[in-house]
Amino acid sequence: MLYDAIIIGGGVTGCAIARELSFYDLKLALIEKEEDVCSGSSKANSAIVHAGFDAETGSLKAKMNVKGNLLMPQLCEDLEVSYKQNGSLVLCFDEKDRPALMELYERGLANGVEELKVISGDEVRQIEPAISQNVVAALYAPTAGIVCPFELTFSLAENAAANGTDFYFNEAITKIERKDGHYVLNGKFETKAIINAAGLYSDMIHNLLCEDKLHIQPKKGDYCLFDKETTGLVEKTIFQLPTAAGKGVLVTPTVHGNMLIGPSATVLDDKDNTATTQADLDMIISTAKPSVENIPLNKVITSFSGLRAHEKGGDFILKESAEDFFDAAGIESPGLSSAPAIGQYMAEMVANKYNYKKKTEYVSTREAIPCLREMDKESRAELIKKNPLYGNIICRCEEISEGEIIDAIRRKPGAVSLDGVKRRVRAGMGRCQGGFCSPKVMEILARELKLEVEDINKNSKGSNMLLGKMEVK
Amino acid sequence: MEKRELTCIGCPMGCALTVTIDGSDIKVSGNTCIRGKNYAENEVTNPTRIVTSTVKINGARLPRLSVKTKTAVPKDMIFQVMEVITKTEVDAPKKIGDIIVSDIAGTGVDLIATKNID
Amino acid sequence: MYDVIVIGGGPAGLAAAYSLHEEGIDNILILERDDKLGGILNQCIHNGFGLHTFNEELTGPEYAYRFIEKVNEAKIPYKLNSMVIDINNDHQVTYVSKEDGLQTIEAKAIILAMGCRERPRGALNIPGSRPAGIYSAGTAQRLMNIEGYDVGKEVVILGSGDIGLIMARRMTLEGAKVKAVAEIMPYSGGLKRNIVQCLNDYDIPLYLSHTVVDIRGKKRLEGVTIAEVGPDRKPIPGTEIDYDCDTLLLSVGLLPENELSKAANIELSRITNGPVVNDDLQTSVDGIFACGNVLHVHDLVDYVSSEAALAGKKAAAYIKNKTAHQSYLNVTPKNGVRYTVPQKIDVANMTDTVTLRFRVDNVYKKRFIKVYGDGKELSKQMKLILAPGEMENVVLKKEQLQGISELVVCTEEA
Repeated sequence: MLYDAIIIGGGVTGCAIARELSFYDLKLALIEKEEDVCSGSSKANSAIVHAGFDAETGSLKAKMNVKGNLLMPQLCEDLEVSYKQNGSLVLCFDEKDRPALMELYERGLANGVEELKVISGDEVRQIEPAISQNVVAALYAPTAGIVCPFELTFSLAENAAANGTDFYFNEAITKIERKDGHYVLNGKFETKAIINAAGLYSDMIHNLLCEDKLHIQPKKGDYCLFDKETTGLVEKTIFQLPTAAGKGVLVTPTVHGNMLIGPSATVLDDKDNTATTQADLDMIISTAKPSVENIPLNKVITSFSGLRAHEKGGDFILKESAEDFFDAAGIESPGLSSAPAIGQYMAEMVANKYNYKKKTEYVSTREAIPCLREMDKESRAELIKKNPLYGNIICRCEEISEGEIIDAIRRKPGAVSLDGVKRRVRAGMGRCQGGFCSPKVMEILARELKLEVEDINKNSKGSNMLLGKMEVK
Repeated sequence: MEKRELTCIGCPMGCALTVTIDGSDIKVSGNTCIRGKNYAENEVTNPTRIVTSTVKINGARLPRLSVKTKTAVPKDMIFQVMEVITKTEVDAPKKIGDIIVSDIAGTGVDLIATKNID
Repeated sequence: MYDVIVIGGGPAGLAAAYSLHEEGIDNILILERDDKLGGILNQCIHNGFGLHTFNEELTGPEYAYRFIEKVNEAKIPYKLNSMVIDINNDHQVTYVSKEDGLQTIEAKAIILAMGCRERPRGALNIPGSRPAGIYSAGTAQRLMNIEGYDVGKEVVILGSGDIGLIMARRMTLEGAKVKAVAEIMPYSGGLKRNIVQCLNDYDIPLYLSHTVVDIRGKKRLEGVTIAEVGPDRKPIPGTEIDYDCDTLLLSVGLLPENELSKAANIELSRITNGPVVNDDLQTSVDGIFACGNVLHVHDLVDYVSSEAALAGKKAAAYIKNKTAHQSYLNVTPKNGVRYTVPQKIDVANMTDTVTLRFRVDNVYKKRFIKVYGDGKELSKQMKLILAPGEMENVVLKKEQLQGISELVVCTEEA
């Protein structure tokens, strides 16, 4: 089959582009090297929607961030994604750093960030009582928010799939050839145009075709996630003003009521190395301490690490870099915040070039998998009556039912592994971290996917949970 | 004369026992009660263990039936007992106490079911 | 309206329910979230249960069966696959199940018997990658003993809790190579018999004052590094030992599962992580009782059963004749005693004796366990050894406690 366009990469950027392009009348596919979407940087980040005062005025990062921030609330409503406009604070601990805070404020205004203001230390503690007494001022950005990056990526992919986008998994693109005026990927996928949203590997894809080379430098960030018991310690996303001592770390609630601290920033060469290190974990904990008094360190339920796809030019690369080859490369922070804007921007770029028109009928909304734990008792009872599997609790900590897990597997694209289920419906994401539910989730996956339980992976080929059945010898 | 240090397992107290073996003469110290003395004497002359494991069961919802040696078997026979266990396959139903393998590995002890499986 | 709802059908819930029946209370219901009664005992196929209760060594499923049989004979109603999602201090219990959907039921009293869960990797914040092959010991135990899967071939175990020790032997017997057990504390948290019969018997090395400092492998686990820790429990550079392994089992502690207790605003102890209870095992909420591992983590199931039987008896008494508790004598743990359960005693209304269960905070040799009332020695027991892994108890008589305003349980050097 000859596609009109193929998107390489199923992270939040690729899926956002896929959703927007799926509204147009063209034959579209998305190819992902892992078994599922949301398997790279999109799955491990701060999960925040930046207001947009960080990036240099006039840069693509600044434009996409500010627009993405504006688009996010409606997008999350349309796709039923957990999102909260909780606001952010950049803390200033020393009067002599105030000029730097003002600089950030001025840049925010120049970037078009609305409602920004500088407030005093006392005002900070009035809205966030847990904030350190040492804070003298802060930049308050009410438009900043938090979002579930898993839900956002999955919902974008599901919406694109509902409009006819084809998804291919476990396909790392290593070869691109030009043939009869179109491209052939890995010798089998034919397409008129390519959109490179390959994240950490976007340089590799770009360099297969383009003379001007890109270089993506992975920069690792470690995080600690806290038990939901910590809900309410802080309501807003708390940044520290970058100083000579370092960029600082953030303390933020997640949309699911956990607390998150991090990230570190360690330059690596390995694009698959997401191992946390003691040094980085120690650093984020000690750096977070000055922001929030009494961080309950004994309530950490997990730590994890994500990689930023930092391109040496420093800005997002959003352009047609070679004939019919479009880059959405170098997408690092604020990539998640920018995704809605990048999706539109790239889709329009492609549609304009080939003069694609919007389909007469397409869907732009998506229904979330029901989250029974968050329903009131009446609606929950009603739903269980309709489908009793919603009454069979599999994950105790997060109260996730068999029905929800089956939904996660049957979605298009759906979960094919334990982590796929976990990221879609949070089974195994709670305080016991899958201790009780993982055997049961494996059983459900095996049943739904018609596999043996011992063939179920944690997240990718080779990450098998079990070595086999105990057999008679 | 041989001296051995053992930890009594007779009760949660876990007394640290010292056993002095001089031919057939065995002296135990460090014990609080008679169980410690008996344990130590046994442990240096004829150590035994109850072996617990599972065997394959066919025709049941679950694939394994839990089993144990009805009484303790010589400690140095544990792996021979296990070898028989891993080769054993039974059909449901089974009840607690059902003999699964009699005189397992020539120990004179039966392997019995420890679970009811329909 | 039930007389009593028992939440949990494991050893604690079963013993509590049967005790209620013995007291003549039969309008009761056990709610169990799993598909069978017996709780964690079903997967504990090793022997060593019941020495105190039945004077014989049973396996977990056999021990559970004795109680399940009693419950069945007494025709005590229970519901399986029924997960309680909410309780409140009006004694309303909301549960969900496939069969019943979402139901809210009420009782005159509630007995909490939800048990505990294992502490996961995250709680330790061990650095490294996050591959498949890292299990809490109990999860591996379930996968092997109930589901019949081969979990791993080359194994390192972090933590010397009993489940970890039991799994070291279990996996060895099934042909796996258990290369090491690392314990961050200078002593093991497991029972002596398990150290002897699960590690020493199979020459599995136990490294005290050691912890895992790195985890390798992107897909399945490929190896771990352990290192010695100093008195501050921080790794000492230069002491690292690398192991190639495909499996890491964690046996690093158990936590009472008190999310429901929190929902009902029950006061919890920061030390036990379980409810604060009086000598009736009643929590801070009138008519809600607690027993077993949800109250505090036990070492032996026998003590769970006896404690739960007491909770049943006291819940029955509560229904028949509600006691108004006027004042409490608080128990103060001191000098090596971490906590006591119960934490407070209503001397005026107590029965003839009260058993205080507790754990110590370190390994002590040749010490007295002493109880002081207003500074006067009420009882003393000599202990050759005291260890945090083992639960201790003292029994106090009502007449000893009358008129006393300060009660201290402590250890003292002999």
